[in-house]
Amino acid sequence: MSEIAIKTLLAQTDSDLAAYMEACVHCGECAEACHFYEATKDPKYTPTFKLAPLVKAYKRHTAPLRGIRRMFGLVPDEVTEDELRDWEPLIYDSCTMCGRCTLVCPMGIDIAGTIRKVREGYAAAGIVPEGLQEARQHVEETGSPMGVTAKALMAQIKHQEQETGLPIPVDVKGADYLALLSSMEIMGYPEIIGAYAKIFKHAGLSWTISTEAYEATNIGVQIGSGPLAKTLVQKVVDAAEKLGVKHVISPECGHAYGALRWAGPNLIGRSFDFEVVHIIELLDQLRRDGRIPAGDKDGRRITLHDPCQIVRRGGLLKEPRRLMDDACSDFVEMEGAGIANLCCGGGGGVSANPRAEELKIKAFGCKMEQIGKIGGVEAVVVPCANCRGVFEDGLDAYDSDLEVIGLGELVADTLKDLPPSPAG
Amino acid sequence: MTFLDFVEGPMFYVAAAVFVAAGLWRLAGIVRIGKKPDLAPPRGSASAGWIKGNLRHFFPRGLFAERTWMHILGGYGFHLGLFALLVFAAPHIAFVERLTGLSWPAMPRWGFIIAAEIAFAGLIVLWVRRFSDPVMRLISDRDDHVGTWLTFLVMLSGCLALQEAHDSLRATHMLLVNIWLIYFPFGRLMHAFTFVLSRGATGASYGRKGMNP
Repeated sequence: MSEIAIKTLLAQTDSDLAAYMEACVHCGECAEACHFYEATKDPKYTPTFKLAPLVKAYKRHTAPLRGIRRMFGLVPDEVTEDELRDWEPLIYDSCTMCGRCTLVCPMGIDIAGTIRKVREGYAAAGIVPEGLQEARQHVEETGSPMGVTAKALMAQIKHQEQETGLPIPVDVKGADYLALLSSMEIMGYPEIIGAYAKIFKHAGLSWTISTEAYEATNIGVQIGSGPLAKTLVQKVVDAAEKLGVKHVISPECGHAYGALRWAGPNLIGRSFDFEVVHIIELLDQLRRDGRIPAGDKDGRRITLHDPCQIVRRGGLLKEPRRLMDDACSDFVEMEGAGIANLCCGGGGGVSANPRAEELKIKAFGCKMEQIGKIGGVEAVVVPCANCRGVFEDGLDAYDSDLEVIGLGELVADTLKDLPPSPAG
Repeated sequence: MTFLDFVEGPMFYVAAAVFVAAGLWRLAGIVRIGKKPDLAPPRGSASAGWIKGNLRHFFPRGLFAERTWMHILGGYGFHLGLFALLVFAAPHIAFVERLTGLSWPAMPRWGFIIAAEIAFAGLIVLWVRRFSDPVMRLISDRDDHVGTWLTFLVMLSGCLALQEAHDSLRATHMLLVNIWLIYFPFGRLMHAFTFVLSRGATGASYGRKGMNP
């Protein structure tokens, strides 16, 4: 088992990863950026420490000058299965791949991206937490980590059509945009479907939802299984190409965006025939084009959470802020907002891993403290359905009545009341 | 041939050759692993990100600097002090001039003393943290300590040899310098060069995404 893990770990090694392995000076700064360390003060949560199995394997099998080091007994022993298993909670429970540690690292090491590669080794060897294995099983059976079927999706769509009085296009060939959703949105926050209907109607956008590829969540990226991630991306690509859409909308979900926008073409080995656009990017563009003018603002004191994979690792920093400024009259930022913002504590598959629940809630305490420092906040906008679920669990655990809302819903609720566009 | 002649002559040439050859081998070994081309359409420039990534990480971020100020002070003090000693100490310039004919203005004696004090203070802070801070204690290994001690001894012997009053002190310094040069490319001291690759890799990746932390 450890042989498969090591072989897969080493197969992930490219010059970037080698540079990271060679540059770490063990300064420990990364601990100060990690919410798991910050919440527990346990040194084992130091991000660079989590990479130990990979570091050992790299030094033994790949590092330049290893032959000379071996003559002096300076090459580490082979990584054992026991070591891999000992490290498994550090790899899966205590890293959300948020990438905050990279900001503080004097060497600029992308520890989050490296953890993602380490997980490839673990997934290949089947050393994966039970919760993620169950999610994987759901994906293999239904295409969704929460087991959401097309039938369940249609039921939610029908309900939203009744709620909004607007038709929601499904499997429309030749539509310009294919909207993806996450399981969490479909089952937990279906009002986002109605919000899309309202916004796109105003914008006169030609769009559709596919019953063949509605799920944006890519559990393959979270577990670290390249083959599974590829299958899930391919499913979206096939549906998009079958419908002939020009754009695919990635929803308010962190990893989904990275999986499709940045990893997707590399996973399937070719570029897409369509453009991947994040819903925040699209809303911002529609707003700037004057197609969805803002109306009355929400007067509450509202702050914004930055989902790591969308902002820090996704590159969408200004877009959500412009939308917030248009929608809120009292928008306040957290300390360290933007690319240095704290993770919710449940990304990277942590929230799908019941074993990590207690640690996740502890880490969320850092977020609570961060919001508490602002003072008087009545609501927080969380443009990621997974983060939103973590917020709701965390706020419940900390007895807070702070309201959590999605950005799409906020935009829909604060649209200027215009007669619907005839093109819709 | 005296011992001083040996450590400043043949042994130095061998040590310098090992330093250059093994250092280049290690850097080339990293680069030649290569990487697959990124097929995702870029939102920004990877090249600009590579440069920005390299420059940005020279400066600590305010939010974290409050938490890691001691490390930042120690790190900057040591590296800047060492750089000043290495490049602008009069005996070093004289040594380079003897080998290559190149020369440049040296810093005054008081400058040497200040630079040395800052470098020593920084190095000691960093080393003390290696065993006093629970995080650093957990992640540190033999290489970290060997590299620190070798550098410390090179600096200490260099200060003792500053007066150039005794050949034995100068010879001790050169012997330690030679050992340091030979060890350098095999240990973590190589971060003096590998940091460029590491920062550049992350900077390029983020640069493509139109964002560079």
